[in-house]
Amino acid sequence: MPSDSTSSPKEQPAPLTSGSTLARLGGIGIVLLSVAGAFLYLGGWFTPNALTPPRFADAFERVDGIYSGFRRNHAKGVCVSGFFEGNGQGTRLSKAAVFRTGRVRVVGRFSLSGGDPYVADAPDTVRGLGLLFWLPDGEEWRTAMINLPVFPVNTPQGFFDRLVATQPDPKTHKPDPEKMAAFLASHPETVQAIKIIKSHAVSSGFDNSMYDGLNAFRFVDAGGTSIPVRWSMVPVQPFEAATTTGTAQGDKNYLFYALIASILQHPLQWHLIIALGQPDDRTDDASVAWPDGREQVDVGTLTLDSVESEETSRARDINFDPLVLPAGITPSDDPLLSARSAVYSQSFTRRAGEKKEPSAITPSDVRK
Amino acid sequence: MTTEQRQFTASMRFLHWLMAAMVLTMLGIGVAMVASIAGYHRLVSIHRPLGILILILVVIRFVNRRFSTLPPFPASMSSQERLVASASELLLYTLLFVQPLVGWGMLSAARYPIVLFGSLHLPPILPHSVMLYAVLRRTHTVLAYLLFLTFIAHFGAVLFHTLVVRDGMFSRMAPWRVRAS
Repeated sequence: MPSDSTSSPKEQPAPLTSGSTLARLGGIGIVLLSVAGAFLYLGGWFTPNALTPPRFADAFERVDGIYSGFRRNHAKGVCVSGFFEGNGQGTRLSKAAVFRTGRVRVVGRFSLSGGDPYVADAPDTVRGLGLLFWLPDGEEWRTAMINLPVFPVNTPQGFFDRLVATQPDPKTHKPDPEKMAAFLASHPETVQAIKIIKSHAVSSGFDNSMYDGLNAFRFVDAGGTSIPVRWSMVPVQPFEAATTTGTAQGDKNYLFYALIASILQHPLQWHLIIALGQPDDRTDDASVAWPDGREQVDVGTLTLDSVESEETSRARDINFDPLVLPAGITPSDDPLLSARSAVYSQSFTRRAGEKKEPSAITPSDVRK
Repeated sequence: MTTEQRQFTASMRFLHWLMAAMVLTMLGIGVAMVASIAGYHRLVSIHRPLGILILILVVIRFVNRRFSTLPPFPASMSSQERLVASASELLLYTLLFVQPLVGWGMLSAARYPIVLFGSLHLPPILPHSVMLYAVLRRTHTVLAYLLFLTFIAHFGAVLFHTLVVRDGMFSRMAPWRVRAS
């Protein structure tokens, strides 16, 4: 404690020997280096092989290339807007204002999975729907859904390894089937999930697709009681099975053009269906569906009545981070949720500063 | 009995140590969260409200400092050393004020909601512009490293004065009361 030696400013302490000075300086150096080392350790400087958001984004860039200004995944898309009309049925499950009776404004974005923003539309390519609900009190709810009943992987590492397995070989420019086979051999959950996915018929377009929130979340009611839930948007537009006509005709954007034509003809609608989990339903594994017979509650209707090219819509510059949640909705223990939030954020930060190249679907396409 | 004031006032010392703990925690969370997958969401959820709390505290601290009497520098310090000490103090205050504002501003420019906890959130302070976000996001990183380096320099200087020069530098800001004899 230095207080004794400094009881009077005029009283000089006995001079240190040069050895003692060196020892003290060395001690100070060690302390400072330890603090700096701890800081760098927290920043991952000593674990260069750990899975981080930048390494995830790098992997997307290696597989699909870098397209300036575009999302690193689900790069091809169009933007939409409309409203969500709650019917009040959700208020007993969650205190989130979005579930009260009444309308909230919504912007969204339909997309195809993959990092190539000019990829040719194909029926089997995963379709995405990102939505942002503006709640009346200034809160927001964002969700990013896809048209698969379950997710093919259940951990961030699984997602990463599967992505790497799809990386095109530099010689053949195609993914190496052996790498995918090796991935599947060590990921039985993916094999199971693909079986479930294959058993669901793909619809003909974006407008009659069902979109699933994939991860489990928790709804918290006004009394603080929380229950596990999963949600999906179920189309009002009647189901029609997918055909490959569009691709066969060589129309690269046929799915998007059909969506634009459809939305210009009449507003498109989906019911927001909440599945209520039982206490022992798994909430940490997006690759398995909950058992049949779980209570389903229709909490309101999404209406999308306007479509825009990415170039003119503010939705292009929104990160549909699935963990932007209002009070009343909380994350589950699914490890994919934090990973999605982290990697989306990294993708958003990378593209934010890049020059924005024109989208495949141009402003003139949406005015036809 | 009136003796020469040897220490910063109790409120200044309290704010100093409270903010020291908060800022170090914040720097650690910040550098960890950008490299984190599993902990990302939890860390961000702490980072945002803690940053705003630091912004509020630094304003209180600055006002408090203006209205407090400061102890003199130790006699051992030359006028150049005093100039460097004052400049680094000003730099720390500036960084502690600007860094949370840049964070708030960059979230505003990205149109992320600035949620503190529950439904409590702050309004955006800048227009929605991803280019602006990109610049501020980089600035936030640069300022964080600068803040960390300034902290290391401050910590190192105090250790040097206290342990090598032995002029009682630390006792001026010691959390406990040091009695003048």
